[in-house]
Amino acid sequence: MTDLAMIHRSESAVSIELQTPDMTLNIGPQHPSTHGVLRLIAKVAGERVTDVEPVIGYMHRGYEKLSEVRTYAQITTLVNRIDWVAGFASEVPFIIGVEKLMGVEAPPRAQYIRMILTELARMASHLVFMSSYPLELGATTPLMYALREREYILELIEEVTGGRFHPNFNRVGGVKPVYGGGSMTKKWSLDLPEGFLQRARDAMDRMEQICDDIDTLVSDNELIKMRTVGIGVIPRDKALEYGLTGPNLRASGVAYDLRKVENLLPYDEIDFDIAVRQGGDCYDRYVLRIEEVRQSSRIVRQAVDQIPSGPLQTKVPRVLKAPRGQVYSRGENPKGEFGYHIVSEGARMPYRLKIRSTSFSNLSILPWILQDALIPDLVAIMGSLDFVLGDVDR
Amino acid sequence: MNFWLELIIKLVAILGFVLTGALVVIYAELKAGSHMQGRIGPYYAGVRWGWAQPLADGLKFLQKEDLSPTGADRTIYGLAPYVVMMSTIAVFVVIPFGPDMVGRDLDLGIYFILAISSLSVLGILMAGWSSANKYSLMGGLRAAAQLIAYELPLVLAAAAVVVQAGTMSMNGIVLAQSETWFTVAGIDVAMPFLLKGQIISFIIFMIAVVAELSRIPFDMPIAESELTMGYLTEYSGIRFTMFFLGEYASMIAFSAIAATLFLGGYAAPGVPDGLANLVGPGVMLLKIALLVFVIIWIRWTWPRLREDQLQRLAWFWLIPIALANIAVVAIFKVVF
Repeated sequence: MTDLAMIHRSESAVSIELQTPDMTLNIGPQHPSTHGVLRLIAKVAGERVTDVEPVIGYMHRGYEKLSEVRTYAQITTLVNRIDWVAGFASEVPFIIGVEKLMGVEAPPRAQYIRMILTELARMASHLVFMSSYPLELGATTPLMYALREREYILELIEEVTGGRFHPNFNRVGGVKPVYGGGSMTKKWSLDLPEGFLQRARDAMDRMEQICDDIDTLVSDNELIKMRTVGIGVIPRDKALEYGLTGPNLRASGVAYDLRKVENLLPYDEIDFDIAVRQGGDCYDRYVLRIEEVRQSSRIVRQAVDQIPSGPLQTKVPRVLKAPRGQVYSRGENPKGEFGYHIVSEGARMPYRLKIRSTSFSNLSILPWILQDALIPDLVAIMGSLDFVLGDVDR
Repeated sequence: MNFWLELIIKLVAILGFVLTGALVVIYAELKAGSHMQGRIGPYYAGVRWGWAQPLADGLKFLQKEDLSPTGADRTIYGLAPYVVMMSTIAVFVVIPFGPDMVGRDLDLGIYFILAISSLSVLGILMAGWSSANKYSLMGGLRAAAQLIAYELPLVLAAAAVVVQAGTMSMNGIVLAQSETWFTVAGIDVAMPFLLKGQIISFIIFMIAVVAELSRIPFDMPIAESELTMGYLTEYSGIRFTMFFLGEYASMIAFSAIAATLFLGGYAAPGVPDGLANLVGPGVMLLKIALLVFVIIWIRWTWPRLREDQLQRLAWFWLIPIALANIAVVAIFKVVF
């Protein structure tokens, strides 16, 4: 044996000895940064994640199946529990889908109320993101600031619908005709509560203020930029490939917003911009949501000014039966495209309800994007996708 | 005075100061943090202002079951919190609160402090390794890497002061700062080292202190959102309390060191020599409180860095700057 071969052999022996197997780290289902009960089986080499396998389903509540034995009016109770941080926004596409099936249309005032409340829900959802994302990067204080302002939004929603998280407010052909009774007003009313529109305007002032505050405290923070700029970059084609929607897609440079595409609600009478950013990294996804809150507040201001008067409910039969047929109805949830495929066999209940929930689709990019991430980046990337486990598992 | 009597008095005084001090700092953090976040913070415990909250928390922790995981190395697991606590308490031996208010005025005071305080790394590694938990292990490793990396800037920043003061004794360093530096209109002006050109050392020292304490923005060893609680994950009951108290006690310890090195220690302008032993502790506590508040303030404002960014900060920035700083200080010392 030559010397060279000897050296080669001894080298390979050393490298075999030093080969360290990857450690399997089980992140979740009970872990502070998995937003509930997501489980990640991660292979880590030191701090670097080499492979990750998300395990979902810990929160499966069987809403699709439950819907098959509920009447259309009862299903709204279920669907606003799918994405609970924006309950109202997930009610609207469903009820409009049912209306399409039955061939009724809500009166303009009801549509405007739906639009205002959807935007309020969007702001509430984004404020939760704005509070929880810095928390995952270790900054605890923005949490309190953003949640405090979110309380004003929730109070508005409660004032109108009676519920803070689960409004259960839409009816086929309109919105709940006799409503209200939140802890704020304690009055039942036949229309929007007195002074609601003015309070909504005041709340919008607060929203714009908190956006500026969070911008100075968080977005301009050098440490936040170090942690998020260039981290978790989703290129445009990958975003489309994995079916991302909503802010996650728009942060990758695709100006796609169902509020402009679909005509569920009278967004075409409102002047607003689609927030788009080009980078596709965590920082862009974060800043984009702040911009969306600003746009939402623009929408609410205009809607409050333009809201037409009139009835809140059209005439519908007492027993709601959808004719045979099917419809796919989708709307822009704060997290992206939220769709319902309703199949009716002519009964009081849907034959089948397929829910296209946003977070589930947005989460599908996780194994790809977490490849070779560091563990701190894993947390930063996961947080920036802004998912809700109830929305993932349904 | 009898040697043993003196020893016991000093021991009781130091232990009493460390433990009550830690409770006060915990309370300060609860209250200051709350007010920064627009909350009230503890309110009901102890009739007013929630002053008894840290005590109540402590009692609650003591009642908790002292769990240890099945796979844990019991001896090491049990010993770790006390190693951390010991290294913190031992620092107070040489910190002067007045010309005579010092446990032991060692000639190698600052050297002793730096040596003994780095023992806490050992305790943290013991905790991380013996817990038989992957999160604990990663936390322990991160802590070891971090504390070793930041030990260097800490030592170098302190070394610059030692060069300027010409002594390693803590009392000597204080005296060097209360010497007359210059005289203006007949008034002798003494300056702490912070104002005598050590501002760079001070900033490096404080950054390294925050890192040594594993507090935000350098709290990767316990980073809740990543490692649940790092090396503390498996600890509960009295052992967790020890870690907890140890963290806050070392906040006081490091603030006291920084106050002594850079802010003039127990010396205050206009205090006659006869009163220095009486006024000294109060002055020292004020300076400690100021630095502790800064550390708390940082925690409630900033996010945390990433492990590699932390290492880069230490090796690429702090250590070269600290070395250059020592060179400059030494040149000035020789030339002038």
